[in-house]
Amino acid sequence: MWDYTPKVKDHFLNPRNVGEIPDADAVGEVGSLACGDALKLYLKLDEAKEKIVDAKFQTFGCASAIASSSALTEMVKGKTLDEALAVSNQDIAEFLGGLPEEKMHCSVMGQEALEVAICTYRGLEVPEHDAEHDHGHAYPEYEGTLVCKCFGITDTFLKKVIETNKLTTVEQVTHFTKAGGACGGCIPKIKELIAEVLGQQTAQPHPKTGKLSNLKKMQLVQEVLERDIRPMLLADGGDLELVDIEGDTVQIAFRKACAGCASSGNTARFVEMKLRELVHDDLRVQEVAA
Amino acid sequence: MKEIYLDNNATTKVDEAVFEEMRPYFCELYGNPSSMHFFGGQVQGKVTEARKRVADLLGATPDEIIFTACGTESDNAAIRSAIEVLPERRHIITSRVEHPAVLTQCRNLRQKGYRVTEIGVDNAGRLDMEEYKRAIDDDTAIVSFMWANNETGVIFPVEEAAAIAKAHGALFHTDAVQAVGKVPITMSASKIDMLSLSGHKLHAPKGIGALYLRRGTPFRPLLVGGHQEQSRRAGTENAAAIIALGKACQQAGQNMQTENTSVKTKRDRLQDALMAAIPNARINGDGAERLPNTTSVAFEFVEGEAILLLLSELGICASSGSACTSGSLEPSHVLRAMGVPFTCAHGSIRFSLSRYTTDAEIEEVIKAMPPIIARLRQMSPFGREHLKG
Repeated sequence: MWDYTPKVKDHFLNPRNVGEIPDADAVGEVGSLACGDALKLYLKLDEAKEKIVDAKFQTFGCASAIASSSALTEMVKGKTLDEALAVSNQDIAEFLGGLPEEKMHCSVMGQEALEVAICTYRGLEVPEHDAEHDHGHAYPEYEGTLVCKCFGITDTFLKKVIETNKLTTVEQVTHFTKAGGACGGCIPKIKELIAEVLGQQTAQPHPKTGKLSNLKKMQLVQEVLERDIRPMLLADGGDLELVDIEGDTVQIAFRKACAGCASSGNTARFVEMKLRELVHDDLRVQEVAA
Repeated sequence: MKEIYLDNNATTKVDEAVFEEMRPYFCELYGNPSSMHFFGGQVQGKVTEARKRVADLLGATPDEIIFTACGTESDNAAIRSAIEVLPERRHIITSRVEHPAVLTQCRNLRQKGYRVTEIGVDNAGRLDMEEYKRAIDDDTAIVSFMWANNETGVIFPVEEAAAIAKAHGALFHTDAVQAVGKVPITMSASKIDMLSLSGHKLHAPKGIGALYLRRGTPFRPLLVGGHQEQSRRAGTENAAAIIALGKACQQAGQNMQTENTSVKTKRDRLQDALMAAIPNARINGDGAERLPNTTSVAFEFVEGEAILLLLSELGICASSGSACTSGSLEPSHVLRAMGVPFTCAHGSIRFSLSRYTTDAEIEEVIKAMPPIIARLRQMSPFGREHLKG
């Protein structure tokens, strides 16, 4: 049984503002039947078209999806559109006294519906639904390359969620966005995106081509492994060890959950990509048993 | 709040008589059944009696019963053993709707280089026997099909499947955790080599299971380091739980008729009334042969966890094939394998009854469900055009 807070239970059992607003000024719709949850948000504005005077919702989903929708409508009433846009998914979760991490995607869904509603109202671009994917795009307003095909989630959207919520593991990304939660085919790509976002915050320029002394090479490889790779693996219950460096071949051995993991090949390729990016273009990674 | 417990495929109440049977073996008769002294010996006698009782329910002989800690251990032990005793064979057959205790084991073996074929099911959850016949060959080490599905109650033709496995020299295992006590089983007249059962599904406590191993079937134990269970499962016997399992099996044999008459009548009444009162609903596995105590009903345009929590508010316990209840994001692999559309896979609820379920409880649930579904549908953005009129 989920450990829902009393406030989540209250908003699930006694949801506020359920229904439609027939003459709504702004409507935001996210999710789909296939995804397992969906939210349609209606906003009514005042005369000056600045302030939200009424908000209603229709939600298909679990208790926390319904509670998040109810909370959202309560939070935005009385706010100006700009104030409403500043509401984050964490704000929704906090309003409810917290959500189990596996259910954070419900708060993300609320925030997205709000953003879609306001952007559509303001005439900002919302790309058409991609009819090719019968699963539907969960967040159609986010352009970019499709990463998670099962739930229809793009790289742009993932990077935004990773950044705002300071996510560091694939598991967290799945809990917040659902991406990677079905077939798992996009997990390597999610790892890359996490690394990319983290990298933007930490990476420093390194000499990438040209001659590199063995000593310097070893130093840099160690540095990248410690700073950019191992914390991620550790967070997933895995680890790796630098065994040796022969010429341009970096020999690593996987430890803990990574040892014998089905996707350790992907992880090795990811390590190689990182080392090439941050140390030297010629580096190769070889997995050794040690 | 008094509970109405319709989640007996998840676990069952320990029968009072079963509990009384095991009670003395904690504080008073706590001896080790393997000890040489009288004090252990009297426990040994009760363990022997329990083994006989389990064997009787299965139509087997006592030496064919190995006590384990749970159904999952029995499943794991059976499959691991089969591939070890037939090392030259590199193919495993199972079904897409197995319990994770079997499915995960098989998929892990796939990572280790085994060829694994997962046989599909049709819309009613029936095993695709033609696909099975095409898949099996002389490289197949083990075939593992569940006797009855935990989510839908659909029964597989395991005897027929076992005969086909035999013809190819493969071992046949069945996860009968949901079937034992509800379906008559006679292992002496069967071609099945191994069968798993679990105590807590038939009114014994959690933490006890058994593996039936046909006499003469080669076996490699999962747990080693002790002579217990004829060195087929090392570790000091969980004597009290074994004694409880024996009693529970004895009672299950006596109640088999009840399961197939009065329990089935209540199940039928429940599903018929729900189908009559609630539009846009369907029974998963309707048309297939099913366990007498189980029904899985799919309600379109609503989500299972929300239904369960609203039922829970009224003291009614059921379970769902919904993604949100398990923490995973996809609806149940069983419903997906059956091709249940996404519109209702998320809104599937399983009611599983027991011999303790009363008519009054069934009527309570019949009364409670329609307003819950109506309330959630009224909240849902989907299905308005289908549900109007």
